Amino acid sequence: MASSAKQAAVAGAVGQYSGQRNSNGNYEVTLIPGDGIGPEISRSVERIFAAAKVPVEWETADVTPVLRDGRTVIPDEALASILRTKIALKGPLATPIGKGHVSLNLTLRRTFNLYANVRPCKSVPGFATRYSDVDTVLIRENTEGEYSGIEHEVVGGVMQSIKLITKPASERVARFAFAHAVATGRNHVTAVHKANIMKLSDGLFLQACQEVAREFPGVQFDEVLLDRACLQIVQDPAQYANTVMVMPNLYGDILSDMCAGLIGGLGLTPSGNIGRDASIFESVHGTGPDIAGQDKANPTALLLSSCMMLRHMRLNSYADRIEAAALATIAEGKAITADLGGRASNTQYTDAIISRL
Amino acid sequence: MLRSLARPSAATAQAASRLSARAMMSTIVEDAVGPKCYGGTYTVTLIPGDGIGQETAASVKAVFAAAKVPVEFEQFDLSGFAQENDGLMREALSSLRRNRVGLKGILYTPIRQGHGSFNVAMRKELDIYASVAHCKNMPGVEARHKDVDFVIIRENTEGEYSGLEHQSVPGVVESLKIITRPKTERIARYAFDYALRNGRKRVTIVHKANIMKLADGLFLNTCRAVAKEYPSIQYNDMIVDNTAMQLVSRPQQFDVMVMPNLYGSIVSNIGAGLIGGPGIVPGANYGREFAIFEPGSRHVAKDIQGRNTANPSSLILSAVMMLRHLQLPAHADQIEAAVHKTLSAGAPRTPDLGGTQSTTEFTKAIIANL
Repeated sequence: MASSAKQAAVAGAVGQYSGQRNSNGNYEVTLIPGDGIGPEISRSVERIFAAAKVPVEWETADVTPVLRDGRTVIPDEALASILRTKIALKGPLATPIGKGHVSLNLTLRRTFNLYANVRPCKSVPGFATRYSDVDTVLIRENTEGEYSGIEHEVVGGVMQSIKLITKPASERVARFAFAHAVATGRNHVTAVHKANIMKLSDGLFLQACQEVAREFPGVQFDEVLLDRACLQIVQDPAQYANTVMVMPNLYGDILSDMCAGLIGGLGLTPSGNIGRDASIFESVHGTGPDIAGQDKANPTALLLSSCMMLRHMRLNSYADRIEAAALATIAEGKAITADLGGRASNTQYTDAIISRL
Repeated sequence: MLRSLARPSAATAQAASRLSARAMMSTIVEDAVGPKCYGGTYTVTLIPGDGIGQETAASVKAVFAAAKVPVEFEQFDLSGFAQENDGLMREALSSLRRNRVGLKGILYTPIRQGHGSFNVAMRKELDIYASVAHCKNMPGVEARHKDVDFVIIRENTEGEYSGLEHQSVPGVVESLKIITRPKTERIARYAFDYALRNGRKRVTIVHKANIMKLADGLFLNTCRAVAKEYPSIQYNDMIVDNTAMQLVSRPQQFDVMVMPNLYGSIVSNIGAGLIGGPGIVPGANYGREFAIFEPGSRHVAKDIQGRNTANPSSLILSAVMMLRHLQLPAHADQIEAAVHKTLSAGAPRTPDLGGTQSTTEFTKAIIANL
């Protein structure tokens, strides 16, 4: 009992939402509608939240980056809003073209210290793929590793790219993974690594996971080589249905998209970025410029991300209701969008979800 | 189909055909490249490896004996579980240098501590730079995806496997990924040559140049430049995370894929997962002078060691690739057909394919089908 209480205390300290209700009894959330289909799918989420009477007030922000002193930064208003609300929901963003711009996602990650990317993938009943038994949760270290951005040309034609692994960042993401495992009842964490080849760097990551595991005696811990994880997930994803995978940046990037592919692509998968200063939940698909403004877009990924956000805010009952309504609408198959094989507009799909709330 | 893989560049093709003609005549030739054949018999270095290595190597030896393949093995029982293997490793390497051709299982590599990978060390020592793994549905083996048929060509000697790591201060570790133009040109040329010789239409360059702008940028740009030399082969490029997603949703779109070292490890394992597992994916590693044939997804499989349950198909099919390399196509075809026939028959299956038969029983079935 003592150890589980301690576990809960540690879990509470890691990546927890610290927002407070305002004078209307609502939580304030920053909404970044984004580009292309972003505004349409954001409107769907707003309508569904209103219909479900979720105690959330939106504060819309524009994060189109600006260059200041040669650095890519997000506008002050958006920055202030997110720092105040501590939480944001974000649609897809077009990466601005032109020299000097760092990718926007990278800018957001750096600005708010978003250190853990959470990517669950669960088979959606009614949308058949070759896999019907996917239920994976993957946590990716988001601030260093292969994405350190430290590269140079040693001599002509010889490039060095530095993968940076640090103990504090590894421990932080490992601790979040264990806390997430406790919070979601999975009680099992699997570290994915390549420490047979990269003995020092992946070795340090693995060591951090092993040490953090000792803080959580009630959570089962194991480790698997990256190659084997790829093989096993593709062969039989059900093997990973009871665990939370945690891994360095690049592996997480690749495996999270691979898992998304198992269940039908990025249109159905939510994503959350947990940070020290704020947490941002987002759909990770593109801006859909070819269908933007035509009421054809599928808002599911953003909606499921918003449900993940609600759970992060400990508003689980709202999340459960909205998610159930969305999944039932897809399973029934009458009012689904073209990408899911249906003929409904975004509005019709949203209406169908609202009618099921 | 996998014939004439040994020579990496179009420029050496002519020389290669001359050499292979000499090899066919079974004369003693002191050639610069290509396998050695004495009195009609080839000597091949055999390194069974750890895990299921001994069991699957025994299976290959039994099949070769039954098919009267003119190959003699020089066997070296190297193990990654040993702390020191210097003496045996030196002997194995000199045997490989002498024979130019090896058949190999996978050697265990300790995690976090201990010695570096012996597998990587051998590839680097002999400059066996191109890894080739072929992911194709096997007749009779049910898989979630049909009509999968792609070839993964992976740079084997640099990239993330450089082995250059250091601790700057306690708790801060740097690992260097090295990408060079010469080695990238070499692997790119190998991939396009492979496509050309094997009647394949397209090469996909797999990279992460949006993030690793210099290292993967060099890989991508160099591959693109080499592609221009092959106007009859189409090419495209794809970011590695998207590649992983495309592989599990629409693997039929891929033909030949070329990529740096680590991505090759990931893609070959996704590929194996698509078509029925590591037990049926063969692989080969080629350099200018030497070639080592080993299972394509490179697993030690320690968990099933010594149980006589391993599927020997991936090592047998790797050996088939080796026979083609040795210019023994008739033996290669005969053994390959026997493996396919055995798998198609459905009944004698090892547990990885849902059967209950042992490695020995499965091997006997292949021999009966020769």
